[in-house]
Amino acid sequence: MNKDEYQKLVKDFTPKEKKGKNALIAFCVGGLVGFLGEVVAMILQNSFGMEVQESYIWLCVIVIFIASFFTALGFFDNWVSKCKAGLFLPTTGFAHSVTSAALDYRKDGLITGLGSSFFKLAGSVILYGIISGFFLSILGVIIHGQ
Amino acid sequence: MASKKLNNIYIKDAFSIAGPVEKKGAIKNYDLEMDDYYYGEKTFEQAEIKMQREVIDNLLLKNKLMNSEIDVLVGGDLSNQISVSCYAASNYNIPFFGVYSACASFIEGLITASELIESKRKAYAICVTSSHNLHAEKQFRFPIEYGAPKPATTTFTATGAVATLLTKEPSKIKVESYTIGKVEDMGCKDASHMGAVMTPAAASVLVTHLTELKRNIDYYDLILTGDLGCIGSKILKEYLKRAYNLKIKRHLDSGCELYLKSQEETYAGASGPVALPLYLFNKILKEKKYKKILLIGTGSLHNPFFVNQKLSIPAVAHAVSLEVI
Repeated sequence: MNKDEYQKLVKDFTPKEKKGKNALIAFCVGGLVGFLGEVVAMILQNSFGMEVQESYIWLCVIVIFIASFFTALGFFDNWVSKCKAGLFLPTTGFAHSVTSAALDYRKDGLITGLGSSFFKLAGSVILYGIISGFFLSILGVIIHGQ
Repeated sequence: MASKKLNNIYIKDAFSIAGPVEKKGAIKNYDLEMDDYYYGEKTFEQAEIKMQREVIDNLLLKNKLMNSEIDVLVGGDLSNQISVSCYAASNYNIPFFGVYSACASFIEGLITASELIESKRKAYAICVTSSHNLHAEKQFRFPIEYGAPKPATTTFTATGAVATLLTKEPSKIKVESYTIGKVEDMGCKDASHMGAVMTPAAASVLVTHLTELKRNIDYYDLILTGDLGCIGSKILKEYLKRAYNLKIKRHLDSGCELYLKSQEETYAGASGPVALPLYLFNKILKEKKYKKILLIGTGSLHNPFFVNQKLSIPAVAHAVSLEVI
């Protein structure tokens, strides 16, 4: 049996991922988190008298804190597994990725462990976020002329 | 010849420790059980070292043996530079050999230790292996608390350690023969589908063993593979039929059997070098149902660097034949 035939055999026995179901779960959970965020922003605006801009900044801080805190308490990973990619929103996902890496390497030294591995997962997001931001802003200047 | 018959090598005793998920699995009453992954230590890595020391200490104590009476200690595990076994061995005044075949390390250790004491008249060897779920996750996969969704083919690294005492004095379990496997690479690149990676190696060593020792597959009451998992076991059955025209009937896979089906966090079953000895010593040999058992330890020789470089994953499997007297 050659490699191609073997790969075909493996494929026949590999259970198919339920992509549709996973996407639906992620869509609903992601939407729910967005909805809750909006509710919090409304509360901040109405009860604390914040401007829209200011309320969203506070909302980000709250969401990041909650995601990191729950990760540290040890149950956020179970939620992530169950909700598929639904909790990988830019804020919660980023906070969770750095906190989980920090927890893994916290006893391997402040510089050699925690410091160097803190952005193990989030590093790519930062790097490619900056690069795409750079090119999009150039595109913006070309199109809008400013 | 990759196979050899051994003269008078016996497994006198074994001592096991099992982790928090394993003790809730299909086997009850391990020699020692852990309540949590730290096992009283500061880190998971240090917990695994303590696990190895505990099983060696208890094995020596149980058999009333001193350090100086052991001729050789052979250890293997999944950590980089097999550090866990090395650190554990530093506690003893026993000559030490470290071996690595990933999850086939236990079988490689058994073969190495058997060969080392075979020519002697009276000798003792200890063969130790361990794996730790969270230590392995940290080394091979994402951070532990990240909880990235995994495919159904993923295997769950078992937590535990087993020390085995080999002697030249006759006892109830004889190490009858062994076969050293060849490294097989059938182009699998998915590190979360270890069963598929290791199946060709397991099949190859099984066929070599049967051919070289001129045996029929029915010679064995049980063929016990290491950690192919539930999906890998099905692939093995079909692969043997198509590639070698061999029908495997009396087969069990330690990885697939170690946990209960209700333990969903274990996906396709257990993996790690400790899966096979945990199941062998705490279930198969205690049941006393089988006389002739062929153990096939299967190891996926992967390294995150090479997986990232998009290379396919090689695998190796070694076989040891046991006779229960």
